Amino acid sequence: MKIKNIIITFVSAIAILFSTSVVSFAKVVGDKIILGAAVSLTGKYSSNGVHTQNGYNMAVERINSMGGVKVGGKTYKFDIIYYDDESNPKRAAQLAERLISQDKVEFMLGPYSSGLTKAMAPVTEKYGVPMVEANGASRSLFTKGYKYLFAVLAPANLYLDVAIRTAVELNGGKGVRIAQAFEQDAFSQDVRLGILDAAKDTGSEIIIDDKLPKELNDMAATLAKVKAVKPDVLVVSGHTKGALTAIRQIAEMKVDVPMLAMTHCDAAKLSKQHGKNSQYALCASQWHKTLTYKDKWFKDGMTYDADFTKMFGYAPPYQAAESSAALLVFKDAFERANSFDQKKVRDALAATDMQTFYGNIKFAPGGQNVSKPMVLFQVMCDSAGKCENKVVAPLKWASAELIHPIPKWSER
Amino acid sequence: MDLLIFQAPILMIQASMDGILLGILFALIAYGMALQWGVMNIINIAQGDLVILGGYIAYFMYLYGIHPAWGVIVSPIIMYFVGIGIYKLVINKVVDRDLFISILATFGISILFMQLMNFAFGADVVLANSGYGTTMLFDNSVTLPNSKIFAAIISILFAIGLVLYMKKSKLGRAIRATAQNARAAKILGVDTEKVYAATFGINAALCGVAGALISITFTIHPYMGLPYTIRSFMIVIVAGLGNLPGVAMSGMGLGVFEEFADYILGTEFRIGSVFLLLVLILVYRRFKLSKKREYLK
Repeated sequence: MKIKNIIITFVSAIAILFSTSVVSFAKVVGDKIILGAAVSLTGKYSSNGVHTQNGYNMAVERINSMGGVKVGGKTYKFDIIYYDDESNPKRAAQLAERLISQDKVEFMLGPYSSGLTKAMAPVTEKYGVPMVEANGASRSLFTKGYKYLFAVLAPANLYLDVAIRTAVELNGGKGVRIAQAFEQDAFSQDVRLGILDAAKDTGSEIIIDDKLPKELNDMAATLAKVKAVKPDVLVVSGHTKGALTAIRQIAEMKVDVPMLAMTHCDAAKLSKQHGKNSQYALCASQWHKTLTYKDKWFKDGMTYDADFTKMFGYAPPYQAAESSAALLVFKDAFERANSFDQKKVRDALAATDMQTFYGNIKFAPGGQNVSKPMVLFQVMCDSAGKCENKVVAPLKWASAELIHPIPKWSER
Repeated sequence: MDLLIFQAPILMIQASMDGILLGILFALIAYGMALQWGVMNIINIAQGDLVILGGYIAYFMYLYGIHPAWGVIVSPIIMYFVGIGIYKLVINKVVDRDLFISILATFGISILFMQLMNFAFGADVVLANSGYGTTMLFDNSVTLPNSKIFAAIISILFAIGLVLYMKKSKLGRAIRATAQNARAAKILGVDTEKVYAATFGINAALCGVAGALISITFTIHPYMGLPYTIRSFMIVIVAGLGNLPGVAMSGMGLGVFEEFADYILGTEFRIGSVFLLLVLILVYRRFKLSKKREYLK
């Protein structure tokens, strides 16, 4: 009986092995270049995961319909194998392994979020698989000496750097007093390091430096401290939850600060949830549709915005735009390498210097994109209560003038 | 270490008020947990997820133009039946088993609820705006959002209602009898099955109220349930089982303690300090117990 069981297990194991190996993909099948991607379709990152996937899909469709990728005199089309990483880093690392060793994918696109990218990067690095990612901004991704990781977005420490420098400039070049509250996750802590650097550079002083626990959705204590010490700038970064909580409680507690700078306001749709209370908040963003970068596939931000809205039924957040840009980078690199050799493609990626609708892309040795500045927009509302994000910095693209200081609650 | 709170004593009032208001809301959730634990001997890990589900009910009312405050009436009614449903499907099969089985079962329910809510409502953080404004005290230096005051008042009303119901009504007496001795109650004609179902329903309804209040005071998200479970668990542990006034006191006490820890030690030690307090209380209890030598070897 026991032997029979062993034989059955053995035979079925072999059967499973065969059935999976039959459907395995190769890097380039016929006229298709197959890229692998694990994105979060379920779990806590699922909404941004879907933006990422939509961004990828839109670019694949666009590049394929405009003639595809030309390598060695032959035209190829992009195709992507997706897996759902369930917003779980362990799962993401497993899937990277699976994509590479089972599906034989030789080029990868990144997942959503710094945490998941961090989990996948060691795997792609081990196999020498070039990965272009669009949604992992954590500084620690770029200090590990990864050779096959390229990020089209600006690193996290630059997110709110502009805000501090603007505040100092408005203060006549003198340092400002900063209060800050950051969630304790890799991304927000990187944003914090960026602020510390900017403060040191400009001679500013940090008077409140709170670390928000992940499970907390109450900032009343931090804000009461802010009320008591009256800083010049209040910086908050704690993903969507942090942004929404901050706006709600600042309005409820009538906290007056001359400048309020935050991350994750784009996806948070602050003004949608909070209406006029979100007015004057400064939001760091990787991209805005009004920026005047151009390329021949998507033309410019406005056209991308319109096309994306037509295709998916909602306006593209920056997570989608940067994901689309990742495909443009791959196409460009394949054509310059004129080969599907991983090393050659990697070298071509490293030498990337191009403009896309999303911004200029040029990689530093660490893999981060150094030629695209962050933009800051300010939430501005008209008298009817309709609010809009207006770009206020850098000045080159500003569509409105920064309102500073923020009017006191008693005067609104 | 930050001494700001001692330099500006007005912050102490702010901290105490914030802590009390927060604590009352948490105590309501803990009430349900204590009730269920006492009567059915079940520690409900899905407690926080029931809260979040209740919050979504209020949020959807808000989306459809109904003031979210009505959620405190609608949400418990819906949640009561959700609770009964969970009982009939899962809990009645584990209610007489040991505590570990029920923890596993409710842990499973918790995961299922998180995923279902994520699937149905999406992973965006949402909130409902009550538009209640702010109460300002002491020349604007202490601010209390009216939504938090509203939440505290509603929580107190529901808690008083529950206590009265337990004392006066037939079902309430049956619940208390079952909590004291399920077997004896059964012999004397109490339909314990019905009592269990009602208890689970009442707990879910309380979670529904708390959820609606949380949606108008804080934010809700499918994966945000666990902190509420842990917090209510802690409140019940500190208060001791079957001690309803104790639950209210320990809820508020922990709330205030947490706020002060935030000011003095820093926000990052806020949750940690509460856990430290929990450990100290448990060690102290154990010490007292061993001194009295009351337990049977």
